[in-house]
Amino acid sequence: MDEPLNLVLFSGTDDKLQAAAVLTAGAAALGKPVNVFLQYWALDAFRADRIGADHGLAPEAGASGRVAVDALRTAGQASWAETFRQAKDIGEVDIQACSLSMDLLGIDETALDPLVDGVEGVTAFHISAGNGQIVFI
Amino acid sequence: MTTAEATVTVTVDTRGLSCPMPIVRTAQAVRNLPSGTLLEVLATDPGSQKDFVAWSRSTGNELVSQSVDGAVYRFLIRRK
Repeated sequence: MDEPLNLVLFSGTDDKLQAAAVLTAGAAALGKPVNVFLQYWALDAFRADRIGADHGLAPEAGASGRVAVDALRTAGQASWAETFRQAKDIGEVDIQACSLSMDLLGIDETALDPLVDGVEGVTAFHISAGNGQIVFI
Repeated sequence: MTTAEATVTVTVDTRGLSCPMPIVRTAQAVRNLPSGTLLEVLATDPGSQKDFVAWSRSTGNELVSQSVDGAVYRFLIRRK
């Protein structure tokens, strides 16, 4: 369990972020370190002023996917942001914003939700990732 | 009631919570308990059956028993 799980989050829709949060929490529960690198629209979703907003779903969800996702939420499923918070509570989860994506969005670190631990470049992310798998979502 | 049942001191009720919250809540509960404590976890997430086996094996907390009562899964765990 020593090798970390490394997630590169690119997509900013709620379904993909939810899937990433569940993967993160599961690994954290097993004592596996998790490195999360936020790029593009995923980083945009972690902005403090919109982390709780409706970020839509991936195009393949369609209308029936929308209904299914809403039903899970109504049944009490925790939001992806809350799931990431819980994952950080039980395990070693480091969430870093991609510095290039920060430039793309024209924001600085103060605009990000406290879930984000810092800003780094891609090289630093690869060093943190070690020999662990890198998953792009 | 077996001896083990009689010494259950903590119940983690995760009924209604979806994956991965049953495991997350359990991980949060065990860290504040002394070694050897028996706790029971109640869950309705079907995935929890395999999740608790894997979690126990990985973390060293012993899965003493697991059972199903209707739609509720019950796991008895001894804190490492």
